[in-house]
Amino acid sequence: MTKVKNLDDLRKMREQMKSKIRIRNNSENSENLIQIKVAMATCCIASGSRETMNFIVDELEKRNIEAVVTQTGCMGYCYAEPTVEVTLPGKEPVVFGFVNDKKADEIIEKYIKNGELIDGIIPVNYQSVD
Amino acid sequence: MKDLSLHILDIVQNSIHAGASKIEISIIEENKWLKVFVKDNGSGIDEELMDKVTDPFYSTGNKRTGLGIPLLAQNAELCGGNLNIESEKGKGTIITADFIKGHIDMLPLGDIAKTMKMLIFSYPDKHFTYFHQVDNKKFSLDTIEIREILGEDIDIKSGEVLKFIDEMITENLVVIGAKWPGAGG
Repeated sequence: MTKVKNLDDLRKMREQMKSKIRIRNNSENSENLIQIKVAMATCCIASGSRETMNFIVDELEKRNIEAVVTQTGCMGYCYAEPTVEVTLPGKEPVVFGFVNDKKADEIIEKYIKNGELIDGIIPVNYQSVD
Repeated sequence: MKDLSLHILDIVQNSIHAGASKIEISIIEENKWLKVFVKDNGSGIDEELMDKVTDPFYSTGNKRTGLGIPLLAQNAELCGGNLNIESEKGKGTIITADFIKGHIDMLPLGDIAKTMKMLIFSYPDKHFTYFHQVDNKKFSLDTIEIREILGEDIDIKSGEVLKFIDEMITENLVVIGAKWPGAGG
């Protein structure tokens, strides 16, 4: 029978992780970090925002990109879900619509890494989403 | 919603917006029934508003659509079950949804591991518990227990920990007999 993971495995993993701890204190310098907000209201979840956020979280970790990723409520762009708002340091927020894994990958590679604007930006209606 | 795990993610957002610090999610599969419980210690619902919360588009929250509870209620009723809300102002809320498992309109469970992973990532300071029972087999997860194991120097939000939690939930749910497309069970 295949062994399934349990908390003892987590304890062992912790020992291994201790040797390569990377201290990250986002709260102290969050203004200098990329801010990514993923809308997560009912309309958003029904359209796939959980998968979008999961992809973004995993890929930023893999690509070693520091960012603050949070959920928000409905941004009001229900016709274009999933929506993601990206704020690069020193720049205005930009909202992207219809963000699936492929679009999220494009956002990371082109906009976040290179500042290159891509298709799918939703025109500004308000400053930012709380 | 395509599956129950998405409904649960949606309902828990209500708990978060109500200021809950502890959210307990339980799924009990027994005989022909599947019951979902979401219990929180948030601000609760006013008695005079209890009739309105199942109305579509009714919400007391900013930037909330007011569709989470009505859609869950509709799906439960379509599957021969119902939705029940118990709430006390200042103490918290329990939402219970029942479904007949073999019903033709029954939603799949969905990737509940992803739901828990995203909740823990987004709200690392909240206390989440997850309990799943299929007949007499059980699995449970408690984020306080996980944080105690990790200690103060390892973040529960770190990629490795989240991946572990995702895999631990997935594997254990397959063992106890919970099924969803792609679970391998």
